[in-house]
Amino acid sequence: MTELKGHVGQHGPYLTEPAPPAEHAPVQRVVEVLATRPVGAYVELTFAAPEIAERAVPGQFAAFAIGGRESAMLLRRSIAIAGTADGRVTVVVAPHGPGSTWLAGLQPGATVDVVGPLGRPFPLPGPGTPALLVGGGYGAAALVGLAGALRAQGSDVAAVAGAASADRLCSVDDLTALAGVTVMTDDGSAGRRGWVTDAVAEQVGGVGVVYACGPMGMLRAVAELATAAGVPSYVAVEESMACGIGVCMTCVLPVVGADGRTRFSRSCTEGPVFGGDRVRFADVGTLTADVVGAAAMGVVA
Amino acid sequence: MTAVEQGLVGHHGTSGDVDMSTSLAFAPVPSPVLTASGCSAFGQELEPFVDLGAIGAVVTKSVQLQPRSGRPTPRMAETPSGMLNSIGLQGPGIDGLLADELPWLARRGARAFVSIAGTRVEHFAELAGRLRGVPGVLGLEVNISCPNVESRGEVFACDPVAAADVVAAVREAADPAHPVFAKLSPDVTDIVSIARSVTDAGADGLSMINTLLGLVIDPDTMRPVLGGVTGGLSGPAIRPVALRCVWQVHQALPHVPVLGMGGIRSGLDALQFVLAGASAVSVGTAVFNDPSAPARVHAELADALAQRGFARLGDAVGYAHR
Repeated sequence: MTELKGHVGQHGPYLTEPAPPAEHAPVQRVVEVLATRPVGAYVELTFAAPEIAERAVPGQFAAFAIGGRESAMLLRRSIAIAGTADGRVTVVVAPHGPGSTWLAGLQPGATVDVVGPLGRPFPLPGPGTPALLVGGGYGAAALVGLAGALRAQGSDVAAVAGAASADRLCSVDDLTALAGVTVMTDDGSAGRRGWVTDAVAEQVGGVGVVYACGPMGMLRAVAELATAAGVPSYVAVEESMACGIGVCMTCVLPVVGADGRTRFSRSCTEGPVFGGDRVRFADVGTLTADVVGAAAMGVVA
Repeated sequence: MTAVEQGLVGHHGTSGDVDMSTSLAFAPVPSPVLTASGCSAFGQELEPFVDLGAIGAVVTKSVQLQPRSGRPTPRMAETPSGMLNSIGLQGPGIDGLLADELPWLARRGARAFVSIAGTRVEHFAELAGRLRGVPGVLGLEVNISCPNVESRGEVFACDPVAAADVVAAVREAADPAHPVFAKLSPDVTDIVSIARSVTDAGADGLSMINTLLGLVIDPDTMRPVLGGVTGGLSGPAIRPVALRCVWQVHQALPHVPVLGMGGIRSGLDALQFVLAGASAVSVGTAVFNDPSAPARVHAELADALAQRGFARLGDAVGYAHR
């Protein structure tokens, strides 16, 4: 994992540097399900995957093939890695479509084809930098490893875990072991009633870096709060990906690069971790004239 | 009845015996399995999964003269045994390709089959000229059939005259050592007439097929899923269409080399294309499902040929017609 180099005011208007690539290349393996455990509305799956576990660092994800070699569902499902201990890889699956439902229904002893670890890790701040971690729904699972890494280098870690309701919270116990955790639910069924941004607004002034994983609207709001407070933020996005390895070009977002120019950047290989002030959230789903290569598409200023 | 039963070919027990070498027209390759344009970017991302120098070639994502952002998202929808995409040919442009991607492939001993695209005949010709003599470039695939261009439904490959104009200009401008393959669209009434037109214009071979134009509507939003509204359908769902195209063209033009693609996922899928008349195949959308698919399909095809008693891949090309 690389050290976060950005400092306020040092690199033009941006508080962050683009996250550097991971050190290790991914592997493709058929792995066995060791354990499965319901976690509220989600399912936690643990696989025997030593080669992925030893390579993975916080922020990375794994891409699962769905339904075997003759499956009519061709596209891999990319899921954040929640834990890597003792040669095991843990993920939290939210069953919402046929593919994720198939994955969530795997039983111990079943095997699945997985590629990982994929994507760019969270850059770590200088030792001792206090950090705020913000997880929305099952996105909180992606922050557990990060909380451990931050603690290991002497950072104070605070976390906000939020969801619509108590059953959609995730990884609160794991985070509580590593950080002071504020729980927020929309309906007040756990923790405080309100949005994660309420808690972030209260705490962002006291930290040196913010990390977030969750739905796009939440990432945008958290990144905007951090940037307004002059605090660098890194967001791990959950764009739908067909391949997870960088070849299909479907998971792009408008992101400002190190050179200050906006490109359609792949969430899988240039992300999933982006500088929160570099993702142009307001322009997702559109093509603006200042995106590199827009002129060739007939879009001009 | 198998070839062995007919006594046409000798029996070979293991795939190690099968000569898998083939060619793309006059360019020899050690394997009949290639990547497919638009499905493996420029090859670099497959390096952890595939020996890029061992497969037939890396068919690049289509390059144009200028860098292209591609279309806004959403760009993809999963469909039964396939997917719909509307990427819009995102890419670095020819300068980026020459500066970065092609030297990278050449350093690894990978052969690049460069897919070129444009909106005017002279764009294609200029691209072909810029690729003359470039190390590692095996040949050119002329993408006259991408459905995700500005003028949908007006792709060159839907008009025999326009298609021939592009191919003639490319053949004229291209390195004589580079075979020129025209990539055809299945979205035509008579693919044989297009195939005849482009080969008369100088195409050294044909790549079949590009995606089929399709549409998915989200029942919740009640609007098209893709930002580009329509998109190209790929994957095993289109395999019978692709196989029919290869069959028809090989039957009409048996001496024209065919690079077959469209839903190939296994060695037995690839075998069908070979039997229909393809002397090489591209593995496309299957790579999204299995990044090691090109190497796996090669091994499975070799096994399948051996089991059927073929000593050489070439002996199986067009076998279903005989």
